[in-house]
Amino acid sequence: MDRVALASAPAVERVGASSDANYAHAPAVYVQTRRRMSINGWTTLIVFLPPALLLFTVFVALPMVEAGWYSFFNWNGFGRPEKFIGLKNYVYVSGNPAFTRALINNGLIIVASLLVQLPLALGVALLIAGRMTGAVWFRMIFFLPYILADVAAGLIWRFMLDGQIGLPAIVTSLFGLQPFYLLGSTDWAFTAVLIVILWKYFGFHMMLYIAGLQGVEREMLEAAEMDGAKPFQRFWHITLPLLGPMIRLSVFFSVVGALQLFDIIVPLTGGGPFDTTHTMVSFLYYFGITRMRVGFGSAVGVVLFIICVTFAFGYRRLFMRDD
Amino acid sequence: MPAIVAFAALVVLAVAVLLPIGLTSLNGFKALGELQTHPFALPRVWMWSNYWDILMSLRYWQVLGNSLLIAALTVFLTLAVSSMAAFTFAHLRFFGHRFLLSYMMLGLLFPVATAILPLFIKIRDLGLLDSYWGVVLPQVAFSLAMSILLLRVAFKQLPVELLDAAMMDGCGYFRYFFFITLPLSGPVLSTVAIISFVGSWNSYLLPLVVLNSESRYPWTLGLMAYQGQYTTSWQLVLAFITLTILPAILIFLLAQRYIVAGLTAGAVKA
Repeated sequence: MDRVALASAPAVERVGASSDANYAHAPAVYVQTRRRMSINGWTTLIVFLPPALLLFTVFVALPMVEAGWYSFFNWNGFGRPEKFIGLKNYVYVSGNPAFTRALINNGLIIVASLLVQLPLALGVALLIAGRMTGAVWFRMIFFLPYILADVAAGLIWRFMLDGQIGLPAIVTSLFGLQPFYLLGSTDWAFTAVLIVILWKYFGFHMMLYIAGLQGVEREMLEAAEMDGAKPFQRFWHITLPLLGPMIRLSVFFSVVGALQLFDIIVPLTGGGPFDTTHTMVSFLYYFGITRMRVGFGSAVGVVLFIICVTFAFGYRRLFMRDD
Repeated sequence: MPAIVAFAALVVLAVAVLLPIGLTSLNGFKALGELQTHPFALPRVWMWSNYWDILMSLRYWQVLGNSLLIAALTVFLTLAVSSMAAFTFAHLRFFGHRFLLSYMMLGLLFPVATAILPLFIKIRDLGLLDSYWGVVLPQVAFSLAMSILLLRVAFKQLPVELLDAAMMDGCGYFRYFFFITLPLSGPVLSTVAIISFVGSWNSYLLPLVVLNSESRYPWTLGLMAYQGQYTTSWQLVLAFITLTILPAILIFLLAQRYIVAGLTAGAVKA
């Protein structure tokens, strides 16, 4: 390296320059020379890498490839898949009204997350991030549902929304009406699913925003305030843009979470009434796994896979490039 | 004034969030008749036996024990396998390392559910159906991508000088890994451990597909089985829910800072 140049530089600068040089240039130079693999390096590689590669290949990569393969067969899982039926499974899947409904439901969950959950989470985060008394407690309470298993959350809400002993009973008994079974109503059951998702997950998104708000510099807000910016202007022109990366992340998690939602559906509605509350995964479970229709279920899996991958790549390319 | 309004709004929201959990545990103390007539009042007669009978039952401790065993194995294996792999990706340059890393990162793109049917058949063909390993190994495999991603970044951030000095002194990669990398990576290792523990403790789909015997059920499956058996006795189901979510709540209250940091920081970095 250019030691001569450094040595002749003033003392103060030298410290900065040399540490800069270490970070910016040194690895590139070092890597080429030192990192030539020694015998020791090869042994390490041969011991350290295979367990991960093997596990990943056997339980993640292969099953996904096999899902693509099985989806061309009519197969009940026993013996070898032999009845090749081409794309028929995909035709069956797309022609199944319960699947169409599941697809719409997944979309509705995403819309509800974006329009209700995220603004709520952001609002609460803004309130708590200020010097609010009891902020720590509020944070803890709102985050609590997130650590509970979806199954338990679903079951708790099945009780809470029960027509006889749940919240609807307060209203119906007050007015002397017949008990209203919300979870058994085709009009309302899916709303219940959305409520449970909101209850369970908004605390997680709130935490993301609180973490993001810590990066918003107080000085900048104070400077804006001195210049006479109103609270809303400060939020709109300073806080919100600075929260951009966190918002994009939170949207990403909402969509990914919505696409794989399953555990809440089973205890809450089991997909009913009349298959109106399925998500893609619960559809896959009830129509593919429980009936051992391997080909059909694999086709659903492949559709889900394509949606997930398209979303993940598309979203990253479009929105998360500079994060 | 607005501060008070904000505070009041937060209090209302907090009550709304806590209400379902509170009502669940309170109603677990009631007799069935009272639950049906007065679901929103404090119990007039506290039926401690609802809780006591569950606490005294083998089934309760068995499902918690199974969950703990599955989670412990998952965490241990995840840490071992992913830290070794992350170490090679962080420090060794070999032919195809970039390709292999992106190959493993494919795991970030899709959830277990997409490949659950072929996975079931794979587990069956390997003879792992209805065994703990049938749940543990796929869980580890699916958490590898995320764990390797987090660990590799952290391992790379350790000062290069450390590795240089160690190599100069004749310390091999193995010793460097066990005596320098791992001890210096406490925070990120605990992040990975927390994420994989919580994931395993709460997992439902995979054990549902893999396990048949009730004696091997984790608590999530045990809860659903209990509910199926006592559908008409909500008070017992509510007591059972309360007792099964209790460990998670207690640990959360005790180690809140670490859990929140682990679950959110992990998400943000990945």
